[in-house]
Amino acid sequence: MIAIIDYGAGNLRSVKKAFNHLKQDTIIAGKPEDLDKADKVVLPGVGAFGSAIEKLRETGFYEATYDWLYENKPFLGICLGMQMLFEESLESEDTRGLGIFKGKCPRFKEGKVPQMGWNQINIIRESPLLEEIKDKTFFYFLHGYYVETIDTGTVIATTDYFINYTSMIQKENIFGVQFHPEKSGQAGLKMLSNWLEIC
Amino acid sequence: MLATRIIPCLDIDLGRVVKGIKFKDLDNVGDPVEMAKSYNEQGADELTFLDIGASYKSREILIEVLEKVSEQVFIPLTVGGGLRSSEDIRRALNSGADKVAICTSAIENPSLITEGAKIFGSQCIVLSIDAKRQGNSWYAYTHGGRNNSGIDAIKWAKKGENLGAGEILLNSIDKDGTKEGYDLELTAKISESVNIPVIASGGAGNPDQMVDAVKEGKADAVLLASLLHYGEYTIKDIKEHLGKKEICVRW
Repeated sequence: MIAIIDYGAGNLRSVKKAFNHLKQDTIIAGKPEDLDKADKVVLPGVGAFGSAIEKLRETGFYEATYDWLYENKPFLGICLGMQMLFEESLESEDTRGLGIFKGKCPRFKEGKVPQMGWNQINIIRESPLLEEIKDKTFFYFLHGYYVETIDTGTVIATTDYFINYTSMIQKENIFGVQFHPEKSGQAGLKMLSNWLEIC
Repeated sequence: MLATRIIPCLDIDLGRVVKGIKFKDLDNVGDPVEMAKSYNEQGADELTFLDIGASYKSREILIEVLEKVSEQVFIPLTVGGGLRSSEDIRRALNSGADKVAICTSAIENPSLITEGAKIFGSQCIVLSIDAKRQGNSWYAYTHGGRNNSGIDAIKWAKKGENLGAGEILLNSIDKDGTKEGYDLELTAKISESVNIPVIASGGAGNPDQMVDAVKEGKADAVLLASLLHYGEYTIKDIKEHLGKKEICVRW
């Protein structure tokens, strides 16, 4: 069972529909106890870092998610859900992220913000998440902030949008992707099914 | 590199895809779910559904269409037409849309942009501007191109961005359905005035005009309807042409 964390921000339906298309049972987790039923967790999200972390705290998901991550259980953070795995965002400097990855999230300084549309990944190292996915494959991105990773060993892929930034990360069973695999057509579905295979 | 998006647009009335010339003379062309699947397979980067029936019944049917499409098609979906409140926006998003396009209701009630952006995020609020030229200016029209709001389209685009819109869908009423090409001057003026993506719409007749929309018009995406619906070009033809002219497209 895959739990999709619902902390009251962002559109979870498309993530759920993509997993259902892959014949997976999903639960929209509205309270931390729902994670007990799951063996995999997805943290989706669009919007602002500060208010999302705030909502995670209010709903009790901050602690529950932290515990899940601390136990190194299968996890996928999507877009803002990846950024929240980092220590802080410059979007809201006084809000602490989950801090699983070292680094912070600055805003794009060039180009139209948010970056909206299909962009390519540059594969930095092999990962089971990239099984049968080629270098330079396009995925759908939608974000105004990006992650500045300190521990470069965790980077699986980068993307170029005026600067070169981290777009995929992994630390053991914990994965984060800056793009939206649930909206990235066949390539996105392939990546999600790779994630299902790994864990 | 960020790709220029090719976005098929399905104008829908009572659950059927229709396409008019200059917003009139509606012609029934097909089933929206089948067309959405087909465009997705052809390589469409996003899909836009505009309810032009704008009756209660027509909107309800479109919600059902979106439910079906979003279970089978995994690319961004935008819906517009007759959305008047944040509750309407919520319903559209819950049915499977990723973004909503608002036009008349944004002019009548600009706080809808701000409210929508605050609740659902800027990324899903698309300000749709139907613009018509008058002398050296363009004005934003409401009610499917029927009424002139008297608001300058370029100023409206900037204001929309400040209010919280995440993208602009710019439709030229003068060019709509003519196949003469996009309104490049208007598109460039708006694209250079805002820092959010601009989708050029209205007037596409061949892929060269799409190249112009990107290079001269500075558009981030192009919207297409009749050209695709009547099978004159496939998305593959268009992407190949853009690729030859050194415009980045997704494969």
